[in-house]
Amino acid sequence: MATTRTDHGRIAAPARAVPRQAARPGRRGPRRSRRSGLHTLVFLLPMLLIFGVFSWFPIGRAILMSFQQTNLVTDPTFVGLENFQTVLADPLLWTAVKNTLYFAFLALLFGYPIPLVAALLMSEVRRAKGLFSALAYLPVVVPPVVAVLLWKVFYDPGPEGVFNTLLGHVGLGPYAWLQDADIAMPSLVLEATWAAAGGTIIIYLAALTGVDPTLYEAAEIDGAGIWHKIWHITLPQLRGILLITFILQIIGTAQVFLEPFLFTDGGPANSTVTVLLLIYRYAFTSSLGGDYGAATALSLMLAIVLALFSALYFRLTRSWSSS
Amino acid sequence: MSTRLRGDRGVIAPTDWKRTRVRWTARTAHAVLLAALVAIGLGPMLWLAKSAVTPTQDTLREPLALWPNGIDLANLSEAWTRVEIDQYFFNTVALAAGAWAVQLLVAATGGYALAVLRPRYGKVLSGVVLATLFVPAVVLLVPLYLTVLDPPLLGTSLLNTFWAVWLPAGANAFNVLLMQRFFSSLPKEVFEAARVDGAGPYRLFWSIVLPMSKPIIGVVSVFAVIASWKDFLWPMLVLPDPDLQPLSVRLPALQRFVELDVFLAALAISTLIPVVLFLAFQRMFLSSAGLGGAIKG
Repeated sequence: MATTRTDHGRIAAPARAVPRQAARPGRRGPRRSRRSGLHTLVFLLPMLLIFGVFSWFPIGRAILMSFQQTNLVTDPTFVGLENFQTVLADPLLWTAVKNTLYFAFLALLFGYPIPLVAALLMSEVRRAKGLFSALAYLPVVVPPVVAVLLWKVFYDPGPEGVFNTLLGHVGLGPYAWLQDADIAMPSLVLEATWAAAGGTIIIYLAALTGVDPTLYEAAEIDGAGIWHKIWHITLPQLRGILLITFILQIIGTAQVFLEPFLFTDGGPANSTVTVLLLIYRYAFTSSLGGDYGAATALSLMLAIVLALFSALYFRLTRSWSSS
Repeated sequence: MSTRLRGDRGVIAPTDWKRTRVRWTARTAHAVLLAALVAIGLGPMLWLAKSAVTPTQDTLREPLALWPNGIDLANLSEAWTRVEIDQYFFNTVALAAGAWAVQLLVAATGGYALAVLRPRYGKVLSGVVLATLFVPAVVLLVPLYLTVLDPPLLGTSLLNTFWAVWLPAGANAFNVLLMQRFFSSLPKEVFEAARVDGAGPYRLFWSIVLPMSKPIIGVVSVFAVIASWKDFLWPMLVLPDPDLQPLSVRLPALQRFVELDVFLAALAISTLIPVVLFLAFQRMFLSSAGLGGAIKG
């Protein structure tokens, strides 16, 4: 070693000596930590057991199962990529992907600008601010299943339905909200937006109180008007949180299940079949008895797409909360 | 120099508020917003409350009548007793309570071990726990279901037991992250002082760390109870026995064989508790929701 007189060796030699000396005072460390190591393990036990059995084990199993033919009777057999091929060859998959993208698009269209405008207005309220937030958040508190079932009553296709009566006053309708393949999906998104918008409003309101007022004061000295301040100060200050709610909404809507399952069960004419509904059908309602392989293969493909978004989200929140 | 706090003022400057045009525009906008929020946020709830005590025929004929022709309070008692909403209601409460307890136990002990006891393998372990945050729930649906059918170590199926809902709820990396972050932010001197006074790891956890952590325990509790109350797909899969199902799973099935007025009464009863809880603990709900944006969704 010593004969190879490279630059590397020469620099490394003194550097190696330093940490050895620094480590010496910590000699007592290991003995103490071996005793307390047992106690640490006691505290870690619930987490290790629960995560082991109900998180890490199933994740590994998911990857394995996507390459296997699994039914609950015979032992699973490896089938290579057959499950993926089956899923990709299913014409319904592309309908489901298209519908899920359509749902996500409509959810952004309805659910992205409205909470922002509402939050901007609400942050200027000077009296009874709490009343505004409480009213906005109320739909979020309603259990989602109750919300869907209630809206299903509202969406009654007859002229006496709640929404049709309302629209009848201005000469519109009656509409077959959930029975018409063209408007079934927008009807689903309308309810989903109603149920979720309050949460987004509260997030924006919290972010708006974090905007430094001296920025506004500085702009006012330069003679900036209200619109100018919103465009050049408020919105840029909210950039981080706007991106985060955007990503969260994508991740959420890509896994939408409740609305298509309870409102329409995928109909009419498969116009509201989503990817998650398809996974559910593969696994739990197949006439052949659960096709678990196909279901996990599709879950895995969806998960890889979503993991990219979550990684982006995680990076953003980390840099955002540390700044 | 002004030493004003953040959030003290918004986009509109104090001098702007003195201008009549600005003031009236803002007031009009706020009045319109309030009216819209009442109609959209409160309206459906009021409609549900009214229809819960209205005979089916009235609701069908004139759904938007402000005052029903007859009041049928029997709907509520019928929903509670004959349709056995009480049973499903208590199932919902039991499921939420158990899921809350498991989540708190796992997150508090795990977070404490990782943040305060700091074992050498702690970094790796918290990495493996946090990595599950990147795995969307959809991946776990089928393998978790099969795990519950035939759990390792246990040897007996958890299907049709509350454990099938309680235990998987504990595997929530977000809770562990919240607790861990909060515990690491506690002042280290307090731990050192307690150790010098002879407190062991259990005493330190129970008498020092937990009492100092009420805020974060509150936040995790709110998240846990809300998530459990809202859950639908998972309890539907693992609790096929109707006698064990929570409201969220049972209500869609009820719709098929219960007349409309009693069904709406059942919906109203299911909504009441979360709404009352929200109104009572409004501040906690709203600050948790705001925090949710900072770390989760």
